[in-house]
Amino acid sequence: MPDVTKTDVKTDAADPVGAAPVAKAAESKPEKSRSLWGDAWADLRRSWIFIVSSVLIFFLLLITFFPGWFTSAQPVLGDLSNHYLQKPKLGEVGSPDWLGYDQQGRSVYARVIYGTRASVAVGFGTTILVTLVGSLVGMIAGYFGGIVDSILSRLTDVFFGIPFLLGTMVVLNSFPERTTWVVIGALGFFGWTQISRVMRGAVITTKQSDYVQAAKALGASTPRIMFRHILPNTMAPVIVVATISLGVYIAAEATLSFLGLGLSGVSWGNDISDGGNSIRVAQWIMLYPSIMLSITVLAFIMLGEAVRNALDPKMR
Amino acid sequence: MAELSKNDEPQDATPNVSDVEVVDAHSETEAVAAIEAPVERGEPILQVRNLVKHFPLTQGILFKKQIGAVKAVDGVSFDLYQGETLGIVGESGCGKSTVAKLLMNLERATAGEIFYKGQDITKLSGRAMKAVRRNIQMVFQDPYTSLNPRMTVGDIIGEPFDIHPEVAPKGDRRKRVQELLDVVGLNPEYINRYPHQFSGGQRQRIGIARGLALNPEIIICDEPVSALDVSVQAQVINLMERLQDEFNLSYIFIAHDLSIVRHISDRVGVMYLGKIAEIGTDEQIYDHPTHPYTQALLSAVPVPDPEAREGRERIILSGDVPSPANPPSGCRFRTRCWKAEDKCANEVPLLAIPERFKTSDTPAAHESACHFAEEKDVVHAA
Repeated sequence: MPDVTKTDVKTDAADPVGAAPVAKAAESKPEKSRSLWGDAWADLRRSWIFIVSSVLIFFLLLITFFPGWFTSAQPVLGDLSNHYLQKPKLGEVGSPDWLGYDQQGRSVYARVIYGTRASVAVGFGTTILVTLVGSLVGMIAGYFGGIVDSILSRLTDVFFGIPFLLGTMVVLNSFPERTTWVVIGALGFFGWTQISRVMRGAVITTKQSDYVQAAKALGASTPRIMFRHILPNTMAPVIVVATISLGVYIAAEATLSFLGLGLSGVSWGNDISDGGNSIRVAQWIMLYPSIMLSITVLAFIMLGEAVRNALDPKMR
Repeated sequence: MAELSKNDEPQDATPNVSDVEVVDAHSETEAVAAIEAPVERGEPILQVRNLVKHFPLTQGILFKKQIGAVKAVDGVSFDLYQGETLGIVGESGCGKSTVAKLLMNLERATAGEIFYKGQDITKLSGRAMKAVRRNIQMVFQDPYTSLNPRMTVGDIIGEPFDIHPEVAPKGDRRKRVQELLDVVGLNPEYINRYPHQFSGGQRQRIGIARGLALNPEIIICDEPVSALDVSVQAQVINLMERLQDEFNLSYIFIAHDLSIVRHISDRVGVMYLGKIAEIGTDEQIYDHPTHPYTQALLSAVPVPDPEAREGRERIILSGDVPSPANPPSGCRFRTRCWKAEDKCANEVPLLAIPERFKTSDTPAAHESACHFAEEKDVVHAA
């Protein structure tokens, strides 16, 4: 479809000055205008990776916001009479017994459902924080250049040089109560460098383009050039990196929880860690949170992949 | 030129050290008034004096040390008269586009002055600079990169009105944008389309419409047609000529296609390695060139007539253009010139009417920066 409209427009150019395009458009019906985002969206809708990943993410978000719709059991309610050797009753889909019980007699199914909220919250929260901070730093460094760029780029290098997990572990270790916000803050504190670098590179390229020069020639103010011209044209690579890193942050949160330095509440990482102790007698305690974690990370990375394919004009 | 030194206005731009504040505020209002005053047809509207732009070459990563400079523009002077088209030709890398950027104040000049209606725009800022920007606009070379791909045509052409809200009241803007589209020969219905839905020629029309939006007096065209097909080039050139008559515009037309420059220009300046080699009316430059570089350039223009082509002498220059970071002493062209003598290496030839033609009124009597300027008949088509 897009090809048809494009060739239509191009043939106009060969006609003598002005007259023909006017006549031509008069007979063609008013068409819907399509931006690059519109083209990307049209591409996305045809991509099976995007469809599969967005269906998965839709369910994850549903579980996050309405865990009560999926289970009546409470994740923190332990009944020692349901001790962990009680095997999963795989036939009873959706019942608290479905995926068995853990060492303290808590329903594994309920914990998997309620653990989703922690993972998704940390994933989205960290990604938003990292995108904001990274974009801002990268934008300022790339746009102003010179000494500002030197200082900010070296700062980015310093943070980039700190091992990500080690850094977050050191920070989290100093918090007795690790709420969602604390974990988001710690992951974001060390995670913004990648987006900052991507943004800086994109801004430097865009800054030199003719349309930015044209805006300057019109007398446009710095905020106008930054937000009207540069930002919209640098968002594509940032969105791609952000979408892929969403999955990475979810995995990082689970890793931290596994190491005992993650969220204090219900979290897949905590359950995987606990389940590891009894893997030989009660594999299900570790198995089901791991499956959910894998599916979630996979869904977000697939989404990132699909978005990248759609936004990268060279892939078309 | 000499008569400019009589002009006392440029001195206003240099504030007194004693009361800088007062003079600044005073001169800004005065500058805006001067910029908004109309200029008679045929009067100089833009005067460029000894314009210099050196791009520093630096070494070192942390502590940058300047080790030289690329002398992109090195002492360029010319006048632009109201209502005329001044063509600037020269090969790639001779500094044409840098001159355009300097005139637009997109690059800061290293030295020299650009007087717009007597105001030195290299020293203006704030309100006065904004007034200048409204009156000097630019059309870019590549229509594929000069339009923001994330904005609709309506937003692109309407942006000048957002930046200079005094030009068009808010409710009026959509109508103004549609009028502009109509003026450049595009369907006003296209207002909600994006640039990638247009062909190269149509995009260049959008770029021209954006340049026209603020009703400028001068449009600087930096190779506006060199990225277009030949058939489309003619349309765009004709459009620009029509607009010049309609809106009383002055053009600075930068190009490397000599035929197009002759077609559109009233006067032509030939640039070589950051300097102007020769400047005059199109007849003087094309039919009576006196600078060897101009002669060589013209002899390279393809001639469509095979009979005329057989007999003509082609001047083939040896070697490459020297690096602008390390230009030759004296005359810039001497390393490739068949007339070069010791004098050329020692003395920089001034851009002036050659002595021997001064008294006569032949067309050869125009400014040429050569010690041995003389006419040479070059057969060419342009």
